[in-house]
Amino acid sequence: MPLFRISTFTNPTRFMRWSGALLPFLAAVTVTILAVGLYLALIDSPADYQQGEAVRMMYVHVPAAWMASFVYAIVAFASAVALIWRDPLADIAAQAAAPLGAGFTFVCLVAGSLWGEPMWGTWWVWDARLTSVLVLFFLYLGYIALVNAFDDPSRGARAGAILALVGAVDLPIIKFSVDWWNTLHQPASVLRMDGPHIAASMLFPLLTMSLGFTLLFVTLLLVKMRTALMAAKLRALRMAEIARDDRAAATRDSGPLSAVPR
Amino acid sequence: MSGLDTFLSMGGYARFVWPAYGVAALVLIGMAVQAVGAYRRTKAALEAAQGNKRGRGG
Repeated sequence: MPLFRISTFTNPTRFMRWSGALLPFLAAVTVTILAVGLYLALIDSPADYQQGEAVRMMYVHVPAAWMASFVYAIVAFASAVALIWRDPLADIAAQAAAPLGAGFTFVCLVAGSLWGEPMWGTWWVWDARLTSVLVLFFLYLGYIALVNAFDDPSRGARAGAILALVGAVDLPIIKFSVDWWNTLHQPASVLRMDGPHIAASMLFPLLTMSLGFTLLFVTLLLVKMRTALMAAKLRALRMAEIARDDRAAATRDSGPLSAVPR
Repeated sequence: MSGLDTFLSMGGYARFVWPAYGVAALVLIGMAVQAVGAYRRTKAALEAAQGNKRGRGG
């Protein structure tokens, strides 16, 4: 009997137990880290020598951009697990994560646009980086719409999972767009082979905000997955109730009085 | 007071910095409120349904 099995965490009953125990701590840590991150980003960190105070938009834009791609990777991975192993909790995870990813992508696009106007002199350009992130936003919306477009939830989940996997080709395009094509967008400053090109006084607030965004995502993902599991249980209860009422009606109808017109 | 004014003016970038933080706060808090609201509604409905079942002795 192995000590560690993935089913210890993905079995719905066990999932409800450990996620319920973890959530209060997770929520408290999330709020604390986000508060510290906001203080570091808005007050403690220095202004940039070129950008001045406008650099503070980085602490919103960059974590949101990382989350946009990271959450999509999770949606795609969970979709693969759901398609290959038919694990219903994986479908639930993908469907719970997608709206959160869409939210982060929206924040990334809006904060990026607000940062672009004073720094580049334009709100938007149709270059590779910006366009591929806009495509990511529409992939999220398309996934959500497709999942909900079927009467049979399992067919919707399957169609959504295939779309999520095909759409995953956008992730490397986003990552390498700044190297492959000419763009106004600067290349990577933090996630590079030769180490971060950013001052520690800015890197630390940036990583704190990123940790806060990640914790918020995990917290809300667990809340939404718990909600979906409870909703499934509620549906099963109601179906069982309807089936029982139908049986009761059938028994009554086949009784001696069933021939009497009502 | 002037310290606060300096802070709020964001070196002349106030009209970009504050909307960026505002939209982020709106979206992130909105996602949290939506998720917790749906959680509470579903939990209440499930408990009500389970209560009905026991009440009828089924």
